[in-house]
Amino acid sequence: MESKNEMLLVVDSRSCNEGLVRIAVAAFSTQLNPTLEEVADIKTAVSEAITNCIVHAYESQEEKIRVECRIEGRELTVRVADTGKGIEDVKKAMEPMFTTKPEQDRSGMGFAFMEAFMDTVDVESSPGKGTCVTMKKKIERDSSVFE
Amino acid sequence: MEKNMKKKGNCLIVYVPRELDHHFAEQVTKEVDAELLRGTVKQLVFDFSDTTFMDSSGIGMLMGRKRLLGYSGGTVSAIHVSDRLKKIMELSGISRYVEISQESVWNKIRR
Repeated sequence: MESKNEMLLVVDSRSCNEGLVRIAVAAFSTQLNPTLEEVADIKTAVSEAITNCIVHAYESQEEKIRVECRIEGRELTVRVADTGKGIEDVKKAMEPMFTTKPEQDRSGMGFAFMEAFMDTVDVESSPGKGTCVTMKKKIERDSSVFE
Repeated sequence: MEKNMKKKGNCLIVYVPRELDHHFAEQVTKEVDAELLRGTVKQLVFDFSDTTFMDSSGIGMLMGRKRLLGYSGGTVSAIHVSDRLKKIMELSGISRYVEISQESVWNKIRR
């Protein structure tokens, strides 16, 4: 079974788009016939990545967030990219409970949740240029719309 | 008072929206904090009956309210929490600060 599919979404960095993006990615992932639990995992991880773009990368300025999804075999890849302020110290940013905005009720759990709910999370960032988060998840249950 | 909140004595019950992400957490926080500022709330209860989705923004909201109420010795609890939400709350470690219940301990309180 050879299966490949792609989706590209570009949205404004407004908080009302958080729900839209996670639902769109979840819908895209259903081609792999995931369990409800897996869909919930994907939604949570995507929501974290989008929120990071809005709250941290653009600091509530209205810019564009680019979401690329790809299915290859049994694996879903989601890339969330912004052209915002970037992360100085990626390792530090990924530590659970670390946040640069505690006064805004940020819990510092964003990356921890992405790592908990996806198989791999890879963060590339350069200060002043932007950040790209790549998350992958294998959906093992073997029956999909491609058959 | 907003229709998604209810006050009984010094207890404030907040009915959490269906999806508690950054977008909705900001709205709830604004409404709840306006009520907390009056200084009469000792017990803050978030009712998650209708909530099917929550991310770390919800955790931030709960921790922030616990911090605010903690100064005056108030408590924060989450009730009617689904399995999925319970997992997320436990993963974040917030269960140390906020009492989490899957059952209703407020049976008589209805909207």
